[in-house]
Amino acid sequence: MSEPGSFTGAQLIWESLLREGVDTVFGYPGGAILPTYDAMTGYTIRHVLVRHEQSAVHMADGFARASGRVGVVVATSGPGATNLVTGLATAMLDSTPLVAITGQVGSALLGTDAFQEVDITGITIPVTKHNYLVTRAEDIVPAIREAFAVARSGRPGPVLVDITKDAQQARASLDWEAAAPQRHLRHIPPTPKPADLARALDLIRQAKRPVILAGHGIQLSGARAEVIALAERADIPFALTLLGLGAVPATHPLSLGMMGMHGEAWVNRAIQEADLLLAFGMRFDDRVTGKLKDYAPHAKKIHIDIDASELNKNVSVDVAIAADLGAVLRALLPEVPVADRSAWLSTIREWRGDSAVRDIKNLPDDGHLYAAHVMHDLWRLTKGEAVVVTDVGQHQMWEAQYYKHDGERSLVTSGGAGTMGFALPAAIGAKLARPEAEVWVVAGDGGFQMTFAELMTAVQEGVKVNIAIINNGYLGMVRQWQALFYEGRYAATPILSPDFVKLAEAFGIPGQRVERRGELAAAVAKAREAQGAALIEFKVEQEDSVYPMVPAGAALHEMIRRPSALAETGSDPV
Amino acid sequence: MAHVLVVYTDDEPGVLTRVASLIRRRGFNIHSLTVGPTERAGLSRMTIVVDAEAPTVRQAVEHLRKLVNVLAVEQLGDRPMVVRDLVLVRVAANPEVRSEVLQLAQVFRANVVDIAEDSVVIECTGSLAKIDALVDSMRPFGILELGRTGAVAMARGTRTPAPSRAPVPLRTGTGPEAMSV
Ligand SMILES: Cc1ncc(C[n+]2csc(CCOP(=O)(O)OP(=O)(O)O)c2C)c(N)n1
Ligand SMILES: [Mg+2]
Repeated sequence: MSEPGSFTGAQLIWESLLREGVDTVFGYPGGAILPTYDAMTGYTIRHVLVRHEQSAVHMADGFARASGRVGVVVATSGPGATNLVTGLATAMLDSTPLVAITGQVGSALLGTDAFQEVDITGITIPVTKHNYLVTRAEDIVPAIREAFAVARSGRPGPVLVDITKDAQQARASLDWEAAAPQRHLRHIPPTPKPADLARALDLIRQAKRPVILAGHGIQLSGARAEVIALAERADIPFALTLLGLGAVPATHPLSLGMMGMHGEAWVNRAIQEADLLLAFGMRFDDRVTGKLKDYAPHAKKIHIDIDASELNKNVSVDVAIAADLGAVLRALLPEVPVADRSAWLSTIREWRGDSAVRDIKNLPDDGHLYAAHVMHDLWRLTKGEAVVVTDVGQHQMWEAQYYKHDGERSLVTSGGAGTMGFALPAAIGAKLARPEAEVWVVAGDGGFQMTFAELMTAVQEGVKVNIAIINNGYLGMVRQWQALFYEGRYAATPILSPDFVKLAEAFGIPGQRVERRGELAAAVAKAREAQGAALIEFKVEQEDSVYPMVPAGAALHEMIRRPSALAETGSDPV
Repeated sequence: MAHVLVVYTDDEPGVLTRVASLIRRRGFNIHSLTVGPTERAGLSRMTIVVDAEAPTVRQAVEHLRKLVNVLAVEQLGDRPMVVRDLVLVRVAANPEVRSEVLQLAQVFRANVVDIAEDSVVIECTGSLAKIDALVDSMRPFGILELGRTGAVAMARGTRTPAPSRAPVPLRTGTGPEAMSV
């Protein structure tokens, strides 16, 4: 323990962050957090000044998702704190470990509607795993230590620590050991019951048409090797959720690709016809199940997830195991019988053959620029090795369909919340976490306009991200729904954009415009060569739609397919 | 169907808000929620009567278990238990019917805790069903005011003491009253 009173509360914040291994924080100053900013100058931690606090959370989120480390945010009270809410909700729904530190008005003013007082701990209860209101300097270290432990443990998630200004200013001693957290250990899931493991093995043994449903939990658990080993040993193909992309390699022979609303038809068909589903670290979200009543009607189900509240929530299962996925698979693996399921695999291959002719990337280049082309070419040109950070909308789905993610943590996207504006800030965070990686932003013209002020953050911090704007002149995904389900009434979906090339120049970064597929490779090469951030606007077909599609509320096999007549003539590929 | 949950939590400001927020957010229907101190300093005990089917209750239990401030959640009902509710009810009772009201109260072993010119206040402790029956029997006279505490429940027989993993009190969230719940 240090000498009594040897640190200010503000210093204790930085001391704690250092001890938690933090080297980068994302933030924005203001009155109630000023003592903490003042103390920052004595520490080596890198502070990234954002242009909006929501972006600070997305940056920390991208940082965490790309690296597996805890992302850290610092903001002031009142509006600074409320600007965090969307970012926290995004992180909460996608299980990202974050710690957000906010300044709060002095403790004597709490509850008086003082200047910039907002009850941020009250507001963020539903969008954090836990939060703290700290009013005394001596409570800062225990709160921050526990916040990191809670953020990391079990199913990860965001935690907020609200610290009053007087607590930042008061003095206290530092006793790191005494502050060791314990409460996060209260809910460590029990080790799986041998009976459940035995039953799971039985089901695997009996299955003729099994499919693994590979989710985000694989990356969070670090269970990639185990999942692949099990799939190979038992000859079981895997379908992936959006957040599962990259958790197991897309080009693995057993990989089927993405499932769900915009999954390929053969993938959803395999699930619907399966006799066993092995759900690994996923949560049967409505975007992957379609109509629940008709979901995988012939399949027995094994569900392994660290979050017990996800088991039997949407889909009732035959074996539910609440535990760390990697640990369960390591226990199961030696017992899993080696099998040959080539009959099942070739059936799926036949279904796939039927879909392949519809695949847009096989279409001749007819002079039009399709987003799918852009994704496919980007994948080819980057050899599938980039970290791609996508925004939300049609381009996000095309990216998921056509960029084949082999590497772990190579796709960063807002899945559960679907937060537009996520991509650019999250990519900046991802690049700071993995400076050696090539990072691409893939954003729509709509979403990019939500947070493009962060271009200046990228410039100020010297962060090299390559940006692909898929400009279709619409809030495309909403327009697609209007076309399909609202008789084509395009209410509030046509959207104007600034001249993105000039915009890039205004920020001091090179901008290019691509209107033809033939121009694509050169533009991508130039962007990659640029010293710092670089932007390419792709002017794509405006009224293109994402197929296949399971309409909301339909069963998984009731898909709207790519219009095949068009696809086969190649005249007007959709 | 009513299920009784006993939830052990840290005795800390804001815990009730967290539990209430969870219940509202997840759409769990609750009949009552009571909270109070226990035999151990720093440990609170809630009794929550959930009105739902078994799978929903299981969900509620798993969600409650995820709260950092929750030490343990027990679902009573598999074992014999005592469930007690307390009611204060003010019944219209002019001198003509007063003795009838008092007699009825006695049948329920309820106490009369106040007598005014044209009303009496009856206090009664008992199972949820007993309280319901008492209230029903008073209805014909006219119920002027009624307040119930909500159920407090405990398993019968010998049992393991409250959660063994000691709560580690973290002195955060200890703002002035205005911020506590
Ligand atoms: C913050 C936010 N607001 C609204 C939406 C609803 N929404 C989902 S996709 C979408 C359209 C996105 O348009 P754009 O960024 O141009 O991408 P595109 O679909 O055209 O590829 C909208 C408005 C959302 N997901 N997030
Ligand atoms: Mg668009």
